[in-house]
Amino acid sequence: MNHVELQKKLIAAARVHAPRDQVPYAFERRVTALLASRVAPDNMALWVHGLWRAAVSCVAITLLLGVWVVFNPATGPATADDLSQNFENTLLASVDQNDQAQ
Amino acid sequence: MERTEAELIAAVLKGDAASFEPLVQKYSPRVFATARRYARRESEVEDIAQEVWLKAFSKLASFRGEAPFEHWLMRMTVRTCYDFLRGHQRNRESAFSELSEPETDWLERFVADPGSAAEDADAAKLLIERVLEKLSAPARLVITLLEIEDRSVKEIAELTGWSVPLVKVRAFRARGEMRKILAKIAKDKYL
Repeated sequence: MNHVELQKKLIAAARVHAPRDQVPYAFERRVTALLASRVAPDNMALWVHGLWRAAVSCVAITLLLGVWVVFNPATGPATADDLSQNFENTLLASVDQNDQAQ
Repeated sequence: MERTEAELIAAVLKGDAASFEPLVQKYSPRVFATARRYARRESEVEDIAQEVWLKAFSKLASFRGEAPFEHWLMRMTVRTCYDFLRGHQRNRESAFSELSEPETDWLERFVADPGSAAEDADAAKLLIERVLEKLSAPARLVITLLEIEDRSVKEIAELTGWSVPLVKVRAFRARGEMRKILAKIAKDKYL
């Protein structure tokens, strides 16, 4: 068998039988629909969504802490009056020391 | 008024995905015809075409408009077909004893008188498809582009992204591969 001749013949056969260029029905619509479903996510929307979730969590934690403080009032020596008195003593400590020195 | 290609591409790049549809409609016949050279099943052809268009959409920003859109798209199509060939290297080792009756008849006619075996016969088409399927991916691509589509080495280099010397080397090897396959046909059928 003449291989070179057979090769030429088969290549010629492939040239004669060019493939069809037919496109399936509504192919372009399918591609566009696929692209629309794959559109890149909006980064700003993602950021806003994340912030809203964080805000809701913060409000929930604040409310829980508020409820806890209301139903479990602080006991012991550090009352509000003591705190203000201690604060005033600290601020005026140097004045008191000067008075005592005189 | 019908919008130009450049206007459609600009609209797509601005986020109007619907403007891509006329481009898909216009160039799909060429994409399908190219894909049918490398894939036999229609489902595979459609998968290749779909992948080409998805790639084209996602890489559209890299299209500079210096060359026609069609050239840019065909480069993408050929490269997608090559990826498909590399991923579907099946049936390459099977014997030629499974040739159909028309194919065997055509070969016998060729052996008896090469001139009597018509190139436009369906059997010849089946036989060349079978031979091409047995080639490696680079060999099949280069034989298709160089011998069947009659493209120049430079054109093939542009389409595939290979260098001109690499195309020449691959063409040389591809012809050798094809000769070996044809020799195997002769051995399987006539020895």
